[in-house]
Amino acid sequence: MTSKSQIESPQRPASVSRRGFVGGLSAGVLGAVATEAAAAQTLADVPDRGPGADLGAHSERSRFVKIDRIPEAGPGKRNVDPNDAINSKTPHQKLVGNITPTDLHYERSHSGVPDIDPAQHRLLIHGLVQKPLVFSVDDLKRMPSVTRVVFIECTGNGWENWKKADPDLTVQNTHGLVSTNEWTGVPLKFLIGLAGKEKNSNWMLAEGGDGAGVDRSIPLTDEIVNEAFVAYGQNGEPLRPAHGFPMRLVMPGFEGNLNIKWLRRLKFGTEPWMTRWETARYTQLLANGKARQFQLRMETNSVITQPSGTMQIQPGYNRISGLAWSGHGKIAKVEISTDGANIWKQAQLNQPVLSKAQVRFQMDWVWDGKPTRIVSRATDEQGNVQPDRQSFIAAMGSNALFHYNAQQTWSIDEAGRVRNVLA
Amino acid sequence: MSSLDNRLVAAALTLGLLAAPAFASDFGRPATPAEIKLWDIDVAPDGKGLPVGGGTVAQGKQVFADNCAACHGDNGQGGIKDRLAGGQGTLASGAPVKTVGSFWPYATTLYDYIHRAMPYPTPGSLSTDDTYAVTAYILSLNGIVPPDGKVDKDSLPKIKMPNRDGFIPEPEFDPAKLFRKK
Repeated sequence: MTSKSQIESPQRPASVSRRGFVGGLSAGVLGAVATEAAAAQTLADVPDRGPGADLGAHSERSRFVKIDRIPEAGPGKRNVDPNDAINSKTPHQKLVGNITPTDLHYERSHSGVPDIDPAQHRLLIHGLVQKPLVFSVDDLKRMPSVTRVVFIECTGNGWENWKKADPDLTVQNTHGLVSTNEWTGVPLKFLIGLAGKEKNSNWMLAEGGDGAGVDRSIPLTDEIVNEAFVAYGQNGEPLRPAHGFPMRLVMPGFEGNLNIKWLRRLKFGTEPWMTRWETARYTQLLANGKARQFQLRMETNSVITQPSGTMQIQPGYNRISGLAWSGHGKIAKVEISTDGANIWKQAQLNQPVLSKAQVRFQMDWVWDGKPTRIVSRATDEQGNVQPDRQSFIAAMGSNALFHYNAQQTWSIDEAGRVRNVLA
Repeated sequence: MSSLDNRLVAAALTLGLLAAPAFASDFGRPATPAEIKLWDIDVAPDGKGLPVGGGTVAQGKQVFADNCAACHGDNGQGGIKDRLAGGQGTLASGAPVKTVGSFWPYATTLYDYIHRAMPYPTPGSLSTDDTYAVTAYILSLNGIVPPDGKVDKDSLPKIKMPNRDGFIPEPEFDPAKLFRKK
């Protein structure tokens, strides 16, 4: 289990100080610390200073930090042959701040990660345009660019808790298919202007250069035309192959699947193409047997990442922290209940709060040592409120599989063990 | 010049800088019809994009055995990858089975997807007629095409899938309403 070290909290003296509790929780936050056997009790125990290691061409994580994504072959199918994995989840329980480290950004790929030589990659723009065009990566880099921090979320994020809650799940298991990075690229509007889109074209097919040729129909609403961009940069460097090198579509606030990776074709038309991904796959089956289609926007969502599933806390002072995001815009507020959704208190948001980006929230909490349940709920600037699980399931049924944004509840027992529960 | 004129000039300059005159000729190159044809593989529900050709269920049975059964199971009953047949009548149950026959709304999507993404190790490697044939076979497994039937460029778009009316478009992005207010 990834969070073994969190469960095995170091022994504290009987008369533990306030600082001791903070230290205990910090061990959980850093969760990744390999060993705490030689914890320094006094300053005299802290090792002497001295010359360090050689400087390298790039920096690695501390050997004391173990922090990894978890590849999966499907819901709950972990510890799989990498060949069978279809996604890999972000370890939110071990992260701080608002930005996801590049190598820990979640990944969902439908036919593996193609090894693309950028010199041989091309983007074709055609269909209902006056000038069908072919662009190279270098062409894109010479165009005016935008840089924006946005979350990307797999439509299947949260799929572990649709029907039941495995108590041994971490927040990485339940919510590891959403991440936030800074992306740089060319506004879609600029490309549309170059090609001269015909006025009667209101839908665009975006297609990837992976084996599956993943393709989605995108409605050209004002919001999408103004905000979408073709990215070649990720957190200041070229895209990683897993995230679409050398170029991908970024669609702030919309289904991860629409953010087509390894982008190689944009075709303009008048109607959606009804691709496999927007009919058979990313549609939500309701209890009555009908399926919701073109539910393209990602919902208002939040989750407590600290403390979260499989961690163990101690009575006294604790800090609750987590992430909130919405495809509708900025997060307006996050409320936290520490008594099973009866009394709610407003959490503090870590600035800056950006539209369609994750934001960290935090709140002090003194735990009295009695079993309880903690839960967060986000509200965005449009007034959308993250639903409780009961009303969410009442509206969507339990077969929908995609677009799960119900409030996430963690139970805490008398020993301070944190577990995944439905509500 | 009056101050108003100055402001107008300044505004024009600012706009000019923000929207720097960029022409298609400045970036990339025109796409030729021949090369567009190489990549223009999408198939629409009205059949637009389907190539000339066709195939029978009988042919498709062999194509399926050779290329698809290893992952999708004999008769498309599922294996290490998705089940393709059966499941009709289960969508409103507690254990819905989503297959081509029970869930997919358009037969054209089946041709498109097989051609673009299958067989998994060598996507797009089946011939046009073999792609039509295996499409016909998968539809026959679901009782949509008769066992002695065939599909081609003209007949495929006319097939009404059992779950064609099983989808409710999200109001915000409903293709029947979006962009049609004016």
